Amino acid sequence: MSAIHLKDLNIFYGDTKVVHDVTLDVAEGESFALVGESGSGKSTILKAIMGLAPDWTGTIDVDGKPRSHGPDRAFSAHCQMVFQDPYGSLHPRKTIDATLAEPLLIHGKPNRDKRVLELLAEVGLDERFRFRFPHQLSGGQRQRVAIARALALEPKFLLLDEPTSALDVSIQAEILNLLKRLRKERGLTYLMVTHNLPVVAFMCDRLAVMRHGRIEEIASAEALRHGTLATEYARELYRLSVHEDVNDNLGQEQA
Amino acid sequence: MSLLDIQNLSVTFPTPKGPVNVVNGISFQLGTERLGIVGESGSGKSMTGRAILGLVRAPGVVKADRMAFEGRELQGLSAREMRKIRGARISMVMQDPKFSLNPVMTIGRQIEEALKTHESLPRRALKDRVAEMLAAVRIHDPERVMKLYPHEVSGGMGQRIMIAMMLIPRPRILIADEPTSALDVSVQGQVLDLIDELVREHGMGLMLVSHDLQLVGRYCDRVMVMNAGQVVETLDAKNLNAAQHPYTKGLLAAVPRMNETRAELPTLDRSQWAAT
Repeated sequence: MSAIHLKDLNIFYGDTKVVHDVTLDVAEGESFALVGESGSGKSTILKAIMGLAPDWTGTIDVDGKPRSHGPDRAFSAHCQMVFQDPYGSLHPRKTIDATLAEPLLIHGKPNRDKRVLELLAEVGLDERFRFRFPHQLSGGQRQRVAIARALALEPKFLLLDEPTSALDVSIQAEILNLLKRLRKERGLTYLMVTHNLPVVAFMCDRLAVMRHGRIEEIASAEALRHGTLATEYARELYRLSVHEDVNDNLGQEQA
Repeated sequence: MSLLDIQNLSVTFPTPKGPVNVVNGISFQLGTERLGIVGESGSGKSMTGRAILGLVRAPGVVKADRMAFEGRELQGLSAREMRKIRGARISMVMQDPKFSLNPVMTIGRQIEEALKTHESLPRRALKDRVAEMLAAVRIHDPERVMKLYPHEVSGGMGQRIMIAMMLIPRPRILIADEPTSALDVSVQGQVLDLIDELVREHGMGLMLVSHDLQLVGRYCDRVMVMNAGQVVETLDAKNLNAAQHPYTKGLLAAVPRMNETRAELPTLDRSQWAAT
């Protein structure tokens, strides 16, 4: 059974249809990427799954259960989202402790104090960050907090919306490693939005290439690594991204 | 003669814990070439560009032994003299066209303004120059675009408009500060190719400030790698892969690649060069 099942999904903002007839299945434990240019509707799909873009038709099944059109408390215990901008997604006047304890409080989970410490440890943040405010943290540290918050309820699914595109490359590497490790340790399922194809090659098993709200192609990460994508548009994206890959030889030595 | 000669440039900001050198004694020269300045956030790369244009606001303090443009010292120029250089002789393209264009002025008027500030031309000639410049940045329908407002154009087009605005007074040096970071990959290439072409055509000097080593390696002749306000290494772009400094090597290795097979990405061990 597929963990996330979308069928003939159409999403609207007002009168504008931004996602057209999207059908895709993400298997349990899989890491699946949605790639495409800005405006291709990839983030909108994540929002619809989370109930943040309520105007849709078609089917969204998560873990075998159909999704309602709005936010849903029981659902949020299973499925959490990490946003692109760690500067905008944390409450500026709440300490890290309050941010991490909030989901636990809402869902009435016990042992909050201990859980907050565990969460910090899990994302590799020192305990001394616990009572700081977001502005006292760097971008990478904030993104770790956002990931810790998403993990607080021990969800099975993480929806990642460009989790590293606001970060420096060295920090991006740390966060990608963290996400990869967490997925392995906890058997998480990822649905990730990105425009960076090399990140997909590193993190994901399969990808869907989107354009103008439609899926152009669904391919395996293996096909991406070898550049054997089927559609013209996907190959164009590939070509533009490979263009940037000038340091292949250096990497081979160090790997 | 080099276009720009910078010796021992520092930018200092006061903090509660004492002054911090955001740029810490860097020296370089820029000729008719394309120089890339690369570094992570906080490395001082943008501040270097701003210091040259005199755009560092108080309480920031800029100091240099020499900061000369075409042999003329820039420090100590009056605000009025500086205005004649900024924009007209040295101009700057910033990261996000959404925030750098005036939202309540048509594109045509804005570009016209950039030109009028530095040259006095009859109105007809003014309009022709604007249309010509828009065509040069590959906007196919200049007459129509001139009447649009910034929210009516896409990001890539906005950035081309910015470039048109910056190049219309025919400057000698263009400082491009992360000109494509806010754009899609497919548009990035077009914008950089355009900057490249215009810079070569007019025999200008380009300073391309970016966090993206690969990108800079592709579009520049020389690359200057900065970290913590200092120049770590300067190398020819074509020898980027032969970088010696552990910081540069670390940056290159941390980027995921298309044919990625590594289970884990190497991260920077900051202790390695902190001592040097």
